[in-house]
Amino acid sequence: MSRLLTLSAIETNGLAKQFGKIMAVDRIDLTVSKGEVFALLGPNGAGKTTFINMLCTLIKPTGGWARVAGHDIVHESLAVRKNIGIVFQEPSLDDLLTARENLCLHCMLYGVPQPETGARIERMLAIVGLDARADDLVRTYSGGMRRRLEIARGLIHTPRILFLDEPTLGLDPASRQAVWSYIQELKAAAKTTIVLTTHYMEEADRLSDRVAIIANGRIKEIGTCEELKNKVGGDMVILKGRIEPEAFAGLDFVKETLREQSGLRLTVREAPRHLKTILDRCPQVEEVRVRRVTLDDVFLKFTGSPMPGENSG
Amino acid sequence: MNMMPADLRAVYALLLREIKIYFREKERIISILVSPLLFLFVMGRGLSGHSPIAGINYQQFIFPGILCMVILFTAITYGLYIIWDKRLDFLKEVLAAPISRGTLFFGKSLGGMVGAVMESLILLVIGAIFVLPLGPAKILTAFILSVPFSFIMANIGLSIVARMNSMEGFGLVMSFLTWPMFIFGGALFDLSKAGPWLRLAAYLDPFAYCVDLMRWVMFGWGAFPLTLDLTAVVFFCLVSAAWGVFSFGSLQQTR
Ligand SMILES: Nc1ncnc2c1ncn2[C@@H]1O[C@H](COP(=O)(O)OP(=O)(O)OP(=O)(O)O)[C@@H](O)[C@H]1O
Ligand SMILES: [Mg+2]
Repeated sequence: MSRLLTLSAIETNGLAKQFGKIMAVDRIDLTVSKGEVFALLGPNGAGKTTFINMLCTLIKPTGGWARVAGHDIVHESLAVRKNIGIVFQEPSLDDLLTARENLCLHCMLYGVPQPETGARIERMLAIVGLDARADDLVRTYSGGMRRRLEIARGLIHTPRILFLDEPTLGLDPASRQAVWSYIQELKAAAKTTIVLTTHYMEEADRLSDRVAIIANGRIKEIGTCEELKNKVGGDMVILKGRIEPEAFAGLDFVKETLREQSGLRLTVREAPRHLKTILDRCPQVEEVRVRRVTLDDVFLKFTGSPMPGENSG
Repeated sequence: MNMMPADLRAVYALLLREIKIYFREKERIISILVSPLLFLFVMGRGLSGHSPIAGINYQQFIFPGILCMVILFTAITYGLYIIWDKRLDFLKEVLAAPISRGTLFFGKSLGGMVGAVMESLILLVIGAIFVLPLGPAKILTAFILSVPFSFIMANIGLSIVARMNSMEGFGLVMSFLTWPMFIFGGALFDLSKAGPWLRLAAYLDPFAYCVDLMRWVMFGWGAFPLTLDLTAVVFFCLVSAAWGVFSFGSLQQTR
């Protein structure tokens, strides 16, 4: 019934989870459309994993409701689980089995048709580059190899909705690239809806259609990467030297000034056009750099912490 | 009902995992047998206790009980191992899988049975050679009985563990459940001559009926009526399974 009403893959309304005194997820309203890649960004302890665990029916919310693939996460949890795949932030492999056995068991649990299983396992092992070690016990694997196997396992049954909780944590650059291109392929070819969390802004920028910035269990900002960058401002102008912020008072295109160790960082609209005006105001400058706003700047601005630090309650 | 094959496949997958792991951990296969063997050979010979059955010595008399002891300890310990799963790793993967908690429970329970049945088979062979000569028919019957016995004990272990979050609970369960079940079950003495309180405790103890049924098979003798034993075993199979399905229904991911 509910599936007729909604075209969205995920819909949450006031979804909340409280652990004792800590409000891990504080009334989140979110809609993710089908086929969208959605990134959740936020400092440690922001509530990203808790949010995902609720959507995957692993823990029960203490408030609000959510539908995943049109099914209620509390009352139709089995139906939800039939539509999703998940790569956990924390290890969840079976150490006592080999990589191939882990994948095979997963296929059986997720009802992958028997005749296809073998070929899919080979394909996934190749994508994550584990073919040579496929028959070794997982407990003999390195951290990155385990991570790759977890990703392979989460993807192998081609779920309609995929949750990736810090998928590329601890991967070397080459494996990360491989995983990224596979995720892009999934999005393009299979129209998979993907919700991912990450601390690598580059990853979110590259993969996602929209991002949400979460802190203390609440969504602070949400939008496409471009939208969020524009909210921060256009460009960054980084000036080295003994320069005071007051030098730029009254310039309407300078949206923000921030003192840094060796100078000043300005957020400027259309920096190339205004660069001369800026430099005229600070003749003592030693070095100038201009760059586009990145998602890192967005993150820093909206979470208000220069380093993602402890942030509870 | 069109989900049946998928559920069966999931149960089979879970079972397959347990079998693989069981045969990979050879040290465990042996170590589980150590204390039952000590009971059988050291206490059985050393205590020179009383056997109520003519022509059967004390060591032979406790053999059916020791056989059931292996099942009890293996199956309950197995159930408790889920705490490890819960804390470390694999349970998360299974909990997120598109199978019902009931299916998960039966998969785990059958998995636990495999270990317990295998261990009891080893002890059965050892006992038949060194302690109590048994014909093929008795060996086969005893072996078949080990299946429902293992089922009951695995269900109990799993049901309890579904509510526990820490490994500290492990010791509690062993001292307040497993050992009392073993002691009160009459594995080492004749329940028909026991006092009323002891008998009452035994009536509540599923393990007691298993031991008694095993004695009926091996000696044609039991402290309880045969029909009571049979009824009780069927009853405890059903109740423990229902309990397990119920406890697993509320199983959640914990740290
Ligand atoms: N099982 C639990 N019991 C108690 N508190 C919890 C539990 N799980 C999470 N929390 C708390 O909820 C808050 C959110 O945790 P969560 O794991 O969702 O953060 P996160 O955004 O995934 O962080 P990270 O980036 O470090 O993975 C934290 O303050 C954490 O301490
Ligand atoms: Mg997390």
